[in-house]
Amino acid sequence: MIDFWSSLHPVVQGLIKGLAVIMVIFPLAGACSMAERKVSAWMQGRPGPNRAIVPWFAWIPFVGTFLQRLGVFHLMADGAKFLFKEEPVPGHVNKLYFALAPAIAMMPALTTVTVVPFGAYFNSAGEAIPLVLANVDVGLLAVFAVSSLGVYSLILAGWASNSKYPFLGGVRASAQLISYELSMTLSVIPVFLWINAPGTPGTMSLAKVVEFQSLPGFWGGTWFVFLMPLSAFIFLVSLFAETNRQPFDMPESEADLVGGFHTEYGAFKWSLFFVAEYSHMIVGSGVFTLLFFGGWNPLPWLPLADLVGWLHHATHAAWTLHPLFVGVLSLGIFLGKVVALIFIFMWVRWTVPRFRYDQVMKLGWQKLLPLAIANLIFYALAIALIQKSA
Amino acid sequence: MAVIPLERKTLSLAERTYVPQILSGLKTTFKRLLKPAETMEYPEQRPAIPPGYRGVPTLVRDPHGREKCVSCQLCEFVCPPKAIRITPGEVPEGSGREHVEKGPQAFDIDMLRCIYCGLCQEVCPEEAIFLQNQYSMTGYTREEMVNHKDRLYELGGTLPDAHFKWDKKKVAAEHGNAH
Repeated sequence: MIDFWSSLHPVVQGLIKGLAVIMVIFPLAGACSMAERKVSAWMQGRPGPNRAIVPWFAWIPFVGTFLQRLGVFHLMADGAKFLFKEEPVPGHVNKLYFALAPAIAMMPALTTVTVVPFGAYFNSAGEAIPLVLANVDVGLLAVFAVSSLGVYSLILAGWASNSKYPFLGGVRASAQLISYELSMTLSVIPVFLWINAPGTPGTMSLAKVVEFQSLPGFWGGTWFVFLMPLSAFIFLVSLFAETNRQPFDMPESEADLVGGFHTEYGAFKWSLFFVAEYSHMIVGSGVFTLLFFGGWNPLPWLPLADLVGWLHHATHAAWTLHPLFVGVLSLGIFLGKVVALIFIFMWVRWTVPRFRYDQVMKLGWQKLLPLAIANLIFYALAIALIQKSA
Repeated sequence: MAVIPLERKTLSLAERTYVPQILSGLKTTFKRLLKPAETMEYPEQRPAIPPGYRGVPTLVRDPHGREKCVSCQLCEFVCPPKAIRITPGEVPEGSGREHVEKGPQAFDIDMLRCIYCGLCQEVCPEEAIFLQNQYSMTGYTREEMVNHKDRLYELGGTLPDAHFKWDKKKVAAEHGNAH
């Protein structure tokens, strides 16, 4: 299997990996949209979508009804609708850029997934090998660089739509996303100052961050959210802003801009924007988990290796040490954390009302950015002192 | 002493960060998430109709299954949106109800015009028209939304009668209408 894989041409390997990303992220984003509808409904005291069902599922006694009540089939119905409905293109738009914008929205959203490690297994030497499509050493830098390209799709969509509301949405999107990118990047620098101790090879790799949170001992096993709570907080707030989630829902702001940048869009193009938004959320939550919540380590001070050791000790079964089992286990733990974070996104959406545009700008530039700089200076000094004395 | 100066408290640091407020808000929404839904799943679950509800106007029969309407047309005249149209007819000879003299040949209520005011029920001297519990009227055409006589009786059914007015009149007539 491994031999066959490595014998393939690199281009073919890349194509397969790319297809895998699309096959996983598209349904995941769809599931997120369904989860969003359900969570919204429950928080508003209604049952949410629960009617659609495929006839042959209705014949399965309990499972069929359960899936129907969960609204699983609405997801498929929605997907099919977006694929097959008529695609109106207004007469006043710039057709090329109008069609290009959703495609550009998808590209960074799907590209960032490739550099995010989503699990790990142990080789025969006991080293953790991260599961990642492209294990590049620039890691987080690549995520930031590529995901910030996403704003161009919003600007392009707003501009190509050639009407007022999308234009305002595009302008707001560009201002907001650029403002919050600064605090976001500054907030994670302490993490990398900490893991790049003098004398060690420098890295921006996300897998390396998780490795630091899996070390033995009290300080080694601490998740960075406990070491650097302010960094985590600033990163989370900026993440809400970067993914255009409420309360930073400026580019869309359906209350005052109709639909914001996607007012003129419909059918499949519109759904592409939403898949892109949800995949940004998934990747953002993944990065947050890796940086501050210990990645695939099940609990603070309980690394994955210990859990696997315990399982092996309890069952004495050889399969508990098999890389495939460990990989799936770590993937499960990581995905669990990501799903929990996505739930928090939705939870906050129905709790905090949308900020006014000037409040968003004020929060970004006058509050978060100075806070992020102060945080950076504090941790830079503290880390310098600690690493000098060590 | 009409003006009582109160101390205006400045916001504490915790309040100015909004974080405790947002956390308590999150607590509220999470509690709401765990509660059962407030809404009713309509076609399967129906709301309880309170007494005195004014639904679709219907025609009713008396407990003996006889038509109560005498086509006096008071409802037609009182109807503010002019939704009711009655074609009066005669009660045929030999039916045992000749003394009632009149009955509706046709009785149409246009539900696209009806405003559910209940004046027809209020004005009816025979207690023949009632606004009952039916609240859902749908149709694909304008014609479907007009309730004809047979449909009105089907919707109305039979209601108890306290008077049996025309039976008493008949008995009184047979006894020579004394007094």
